Amino acid sequence: MLEKAFVGDKKYWAWVISLMAVIGVATLFYLRQYSEGLGVTGLGRDVTWGFYIAQFTFLVGVAASAVMVVLPYYLHDYKAFAKITILGEFLAISAVTMCMTFIFVDMGQPFRIVNVFLYPSPTSMMFWDTVSLSGYMVLNIIISHVTLGAEKQGMAPPKWIKPVIILSIPWAVSIHTVTAFLYAGLGARPFWMTAILAPRFLASAFAAGPALLILFCLILRKVTKFDAGREPVQTLAKIVTYAMAVNVFFVLMEVFTAVYSGIPEHLEHFKFMFLGLEGSSMMAPWMWVSSILAVVSLILLLNPKARRNESWLVMACIAVFLSLWIDKGMALIVTGFVPSVLGAVPTYVPTVTELMISLGIYALGLLMVTVLYKIALSVRGQWETKRIIESQRSPVKAGS
Amino acid sequence: MGIDRRKFFKVSGLTALGLAGGSVSKVFSRETPYGDSVQTRTWGTEPPKGPLTAQRWAMVIDLRKCHEQPDCNDCVAACHSTHNVPDWGNPKDEVKWIWKESFEHAFHDQEHPYQQESLKYLPALVLCNHCDNPPCVRVCPTGATWKRDKDGIVMMDWHRCIGCRYCVVACPYGSRSFNWRDPRPKIQKIEPDFPTRSRGVVEKCTFCEERLARGMLPACVEACKYGAMHFGDLEDADSNVRKLLSERYTIRRKPGLGTNPEVYYIV
Repeated sequence: MLEKAFVGDKKYWAWVISLMAVIGVATLFYLRQYSEGLGVTGLGRDVTWGFYIAQFTFLVGVAASAVMVVLPYYLHDYKAFAKITILGEFLAISAVTMCMTFIFVDMGQPFRIVNVFLYPSPTSMMFWDTVSLSGYMVLNIIISHVTLGAEKQGMAPPKWIKPVIILSIPWAVSIHTVTAFLYAGLGARPFWMTAILAPRFLASAFAAGPALLILFCLILRKVTKFDAGREPVQTLAKIVTYAMAVNVFFVLMEVFTAVYSGIPEHLEHFKFMFLGLEGSSMMAPWMWVSSILAVVSLILLLNPKARRNESWLVMACIAVFLSLWIDKGMALIVTGFVPSVLGAVPTYVPTVTELMISLGIYALGLLMVTVLYKIALSVRGQWETKRIIESQRSPVKAGS
Repeated sequence: MGIDRRKFFKVSGLTALGLAGGSVSKVFSRETPYGDSVQTRTWGTEPPKGPLTAQRWAMVIDLRKCHEQPDCNDCVAACHSTHNVPDWGNPKDEVKWIWKESFEHAFHDQEHPYQQESLKYLPALVLCNHCDNPPCVRVCPTGATWKRDKDGIVMMDWHRCIGCRYCVVACPYGSRSFNWRDPRPKIQKIEPDFPTRSRGVVEKCTFCEERLARGMLPACVEACKYGAMHFGDLEDADSNVRKLLSERYTIRRKPGLGTNPEVYYIV
């Protein structure tokens, strides 16, 4: 099926080559980081995890969100998602690849990463996150390969794949739960020590992921012959609406607990995030933008008229995605370190090297999405032609 | 590992003897097993003493004695030179095993605005607490840091560490340092007896396990001229540390987290 990725028009190749160029430049930046050490990033003694780990966290959510198309389609036999389920699964595969790459570039000794498998440490949540992410990757590769393969043959997928698909549903929940456990079990970091972290991660994932999928569907409709159809996009929009509403609710619960209890070690982080702490207010403007975008997106999504209008829906989806990206891809990780365990207020700003490497990893993800979607749509095209030929044949048969 | 290490020192001792050549007499003329010069470290074929052992090593720091000597930095200097700790001169890349922290920072939850002046402005010595229930060990995905069964020291394997920094994130005391860049050019004088680290790994105080194995007290304790640092076996009811703990009022850093730090402070 991979051969489908190597045939395309000029536009396709121009897009693929520009993504490769970005990846190439980012690789040069990574080589610099590799030879000089992580000192070339904005990270330091106090803010030990930053942009890379935040992108990893955000993208685990995007990966997990595939379950929002897989579950209705396979568990509830929701036929409208038939066309887009594979898009969700391919998005998941690309997102997990990005996650793993972000972890790789964050390692001080990246080539020792095999030690995680050589010396498995079940007390470490990082060990479980590795297990859960690689398992999810394998599940999605198997499922998408088998179902798309069957589709190519014009046959129903084999029966044994059904339990694998069912397994992928709780597995998707597990990847984001375990990712939340990376943070939520640390006495040293009160900001993350909240039982609602995993539920909040899932809610924001199920909003940001499907929002992205809607955008992808609409882009595909513009640039290819593929049309996801109105119904699946509208159903996804409802999923985004519920998930975003739940996410905002969870965030408000966090704010209430911190503010009303007034316990400094909880409150200070929220102060830093929204108001600034000891003159360090770098996060505040971002968080206000994120909050405003969240409110705007909810106003649009909760209003059926706006939601049903695809131009407004696009705005709402962009707002959801950006709002949650700021919240998870910027604020959530860094704020855990401010104030530090010693009560200091460190500053952290990602360097150009860090941003370029991250951009390269996003380009890698987009390249994977492009190639995988190309394969899926090409297979689809073939299948539809076949069906047309068959439908043309059958009346002849009936007549004879 | 202990045996290997001792063998190593035997071999290195012999090598040093050979290299020393003419100054052999000087080598044997040393009077104390402690000290920094090469001569005093090359004890020939036999270590002068057996290793120092305990069931549970612990440290008691008398901050009042530290406060009497506000300019003293002996323990920090001794530790960092013994262990090839680089001096980066900036807080971002900083690597440190033991250092002075303000009371407000070291005891974040125990300070108040009307505290004794001495506590308010004078720093407290902080280092790895060698917790009985160490969160850093729990989170390490490779077992590169572990609590030693025989004496409770929280150890570090710089060759297994993948540099994920999860332990740095999990430590409530900021006791762990990551090598953001190659530390070697920033080591003032390389101490040949102790390994240097590569970039990309985490390091911290190990209660001088390498010195204990050679029958020496931790470098910081040995360097302290004012009797502010006490090191001993917590399981031994007659030990110096148990005596101090039973006679003085002592506090620990962030006791509420359940990590059970084994560094105690007399304030």
